[in-house]
Amino acid sequence: MSSTTGDSDHGSASIAEDNRQIEALQQRIDQLLAARQFGDAARFGIRLSLEEAIVNGFHHGNQRDPSKPVEVRWNISADVAEFHVIDQGEGFDPDAVPDPTLDENLEIPSGRGIMLIRTYMSEAAYHAPGNHLEMCYRKPATR
Amino acid sequence: MTTAPSRIRVVDVNGVMRVEFTDRDILDEPSIRQIGAELTRAIEAANAPRVLICFQGVEHLSSAALGALITVNSLIKKRGGQLRLSNIKPSIYEVFVITKLHKLFQVFDTAEQAMQGFGRA
Repeated sequence: MSSTTGDSDHGSASIAEDNRQIEALQQRIDQLLAARQFGDAARFGIRLSLEEAIVNGFHHGNQRDPSKPVEVRWNISADVAEFHVIDQGEGFDPDAVPDPTLDENLEIPSGRGIMLIRTYMSEAAYHAPGNHLEMCYRKPATR
Repeated sequence: MTTAPSRIRVVDVNGVMRVEFTDRDILDEPSIRQIGAELTRAIEAANAPRVLICFQGVEHLSSAALGALITVNSLIKKRGGQLRLSNIKPSIYEVFVITKLHKLFQVFDTAEQAMQGFGRA
């Protein structure tokens, strides 16, 4: 479901853990970003952040229960792209995830998604109890 | 039962297992699991494997793909071998830097540079 109102494109999708559905959503959002002149670097970071958020929602949130969808909402305007990624899980404490960049954690194969989201997006916050990620990317100000 | 098409190409170059990907995006878990399984099979069939993974043509990479690389690196080290990476485009290399994994892996600009001193004389 999506529409354009005033100065933004907004919509939502409830998706299953199916690569085709995730890819179709990614392509749709990338087209909206391209139409609003978000650059290659912004689109790379947003695509990666959405992928990490959606995968976390299915794995850690929904515990891979195929009956549980992940909901994605977006609102994309000329300068800001906002997203909500909501799973059906019980939530978690994002601050309890070990820092994957510490030398002693470098060889652990998981736990990097949240730090990538926090790095690439301008803002990212989990709403209590931790099953609802809100994140946004703001275009850098031009001089 | 059908077999999924291979997601990697593996060629022997002077005793080095050179690996390339067939996909532009290494994001989704089924693909990553398949790549991990194919690499594991190839590595376990070799003694002290020297492996070069060339990222030519790869546009996107997720943290799950990084996890698979870490697992493959551990397996290669356990078997007395060595892993090198090459041809990583700048936007993807930035992901390695953010996660500090550039410290864990030996990364070269080109496959030719990675091959220097790596293959059989």
